[in-house]
Amino acid sequence: MIKKFSTLFIVLVLVFMYAPILILMAYSFTSATTIGAIRGFSLHNYVTLFTTPDLRNMIFGTVLLALVSATLATILGTMGAIGAFYSSRKVDSFISTMNQIPVVNADVVTGFSICILLVVVFGVSKDTFIPLVVGHVTLCAPFVYLSVVPKLKQMDPSIYEAALDLGATPPVALRKIVIPQIASGIVSGFALAVTLSLDDYFVATYTKPATFDTISTYVVNATKGAQTTIKTALWALSTVIFVVVILVVAVANLRADREEERAGA
Amino acid sequence: MAVGKEKIIELKNITKTYDNGFTAVSDFNLYVKRGEFITFLGPSGCGKTTTLRMIAGFELPSSGTILLDGKNIADLPPYERPINTVFQRYALFPHMNIYENIAFGLRQKKMPEDVISKKVKKVLDLVDLEGFEKRSVSTLSGGQQQRIAIARALVNEPEILLLDEPLGALDLKMRKEMQLELKEMHRNLGITFIYVTHDQEEALTMSDTIVVMSEGRIQQIGTPEDIYNEPKNAFVADFIGESNIFNGIMTGKLRARFCGGEFACVDDIEEGTLITAVVRPEDVIITAPEDGTIRGHVTSVIFKGIHYEITVESGKSEMLVQSVRSQKVGDYVGMKVDPDNIHIMIAEDHTNYFAADINAEHRLEYNNKVLDTSVTKIIPGSKRDASGNIIDSRGDVIDPTKTKIMIAIQPQDIQMTDQVDEGLVDGHISNLIYKGDHYSYVIHTDIEQDFIVDDEYLWNMGDHVGLIMPIEKMSFSLKK
Repeated sequence: MIKKFSTLFIVLVLVFMYAPILILMAYSFTSATTIGAIRGFSLHNYVTLFTTPDLRNMIFGTVLLALVSATLATILGTMGAIGAFYSSRKVDSFISTMNQIPVVNADVVTGFSICILLVVVFGVSKDTFIPLVVGHVTLCAPFVYLSVVPKLKQMDPSIYEAALDLGATPPVALRKIVIPQIASGIVSGFALAVTLSLDDYFVATYTKPATFDTISTYVVNATKGAQTTIKTALWALSTVIFVVVILVVAVANLRADREEERAGA
Repeated sequence: MAVGKEKIIELKNITKTYDNGFTAVSDFNLYVKRGEFITFLGPSGCGKTTTLRMIAGFELPSSGTILLDGKNIADLPPYERPINTVFQRYALFPHMNIYENIAFGLRQKKMPEDVISKKVKKVLDLVDLEGFEKRSVSTLSGGQQQRIAIARALVNEPEILLLDEPLGALDLKMRKEMQLELKEMHRNLGITFIYVTHDQEEALTMSDTIVVMSEGRIQQIGTPEDIYNEPKNAFVADFIGESNIFNGIMTGKLRARFCGGEFACVDDIEEGTLITAVVRPEDVIITAPEDGTIRGHVTSVIFKGIHYEITVESGKSEMLVQSVRSQKVGDYVGMKVDPDNIHIMIAEDHTNYFAADINAEHRLEYNNKVLDTSVTKIIPGSKRDASGNIIDSRGDVIDPTKTKIMIAIQPQDIQMTDQVDEGLVDGHISNLIYKGDHYSYVIHTDIEQDFIVDDEYLWNMGDHVGLIMPIEKMSFSLKK
């Protein structure tokens, strides 16, 4: 009885999670203009998605922004984690606590306060992308920090000293010994940063240049507007994003499995 | 290679104080000769590892100089010192194979690949791990990893090899093997070894010279034989090997009283001098009661494999004996010690130590008198549970019959009185020395414990006095 219920429960959860996406995917391959109407198979949404310069630029811009800010956040977060790890316990716990706050803090507050600091206080022009990149780096760096710290804790702390002892200067020891040990944490931190940046809406609305849109801000505006071709093209975009995510997750899991096998052998 | 004459490294007035005010090493002076195998020995927290880390360059001394071949290297970073370290937990690089691990140091010196490959092969031969080049670190056993760590340090041909408790993580059998191998390696290579350990047996087996450390200070420097046979103070005697340590007094030419008996000894120290006597458990001979210098009841016998460890209670003192012949608990036996085997040191501090019992009501008791203090206050972290038992900080019940509390009290804190019953104990003055502004008395009690009392007034030899000891002047420690 309990077994049946739990199966039913899981099925329900999965349906609620995946049915909307699947419906959207199905409709992206039709010529329907509203969900619910039944029309024939069509690829015109995909054609619109990849041929409208507006949409293309928006997608390209969002991805570029995600890669640039994730790279900067990864460098910053990793350096912070290593620095805190090799600091005294007091400094370490202080940095860790300070790092928690932006993680828990509402994105609206982060976005709004960065906007005020850079644009109002320092007079940085909003058209320069600087507030937007700074905002996204601020958003992502604490998560990179959090994914690197456990790897450092797993590492034997004396291998850094061992490298110095064998004649390596601190930068060489860091590059050749410490970084390889925490590489998996850095990579997953980077991946997390990319997703966070792609996902973000609040920070971007407050800090982006008026002429630039990320996928999130664009979608919000588009759903308010009346242009149906663009709206249905976004169904295609959702499908593409979903497929890419599934591929990434599948590849990552496969690689993790293989690594586990190798470690077990 | 024999130990050379020249000093390879010299530490002068080295002090290390951390930011939090803790002084790990204070005024450390030592030189090491080229080719010597020197061991820093001491309990954890004695500063031995800190000293090693200062030689390696991982810590900078707060003051003092470290001279390597006459040049001060105290402020040089580790990568500029011709010194290599074998770490406690090996610290091999897990993402590199064995070849790359060993080659790491040589690569930093930009050596050509063919030279590196030759050197790696040679050093792998040396540690008996030929053909391990392609193996990964995780496939190696603890002992093999340790050998690789040694190889990785030795391949750089350092002037000094530092070893920080390198055998601590190995099992006993492997440890003994590696001890001999390290000793052999040292003999063949002629490199100066500085070794850190808390294991006195390891230190005695391997070293040319041992530096015994405690609380950041050198207690004694000497050969293993010197340190074992002629410990300079009670700490060294206690730390190296097992010892019976007694406070006592010289009672005549080559005669000393301690542990409730008068022993003949070979140290010529002036009569009346307060001494610390050290007797190794293996040097105590158990005899028939009438043949012994002292007598007592056997309180415990433990089989240790190669010998029995026998505890005999003689008066208020306990004597630990190692003997190949077992005794029965409760037997009345005599004990004697060959004069050669009694090591006598002039006492450096005259603190009176004595053991008090915990009685059935969980009160502290000495000489059948109850001390007005709380046992839970004495044992850190202890408390009483609902049934009145005393629980220690780990939550275990303390057994009053097996637990003794050591009481320490300074000679100037004891008061003598004519009202014999007022004192915690009473006895007769058996010795007095004028110390300039006060007299130092030795009071011999019926319970075979001598007390040392400082008093500014003159009493006479043989006076019967009571000793008043204020509880607030006592310090307590738990004796297991």
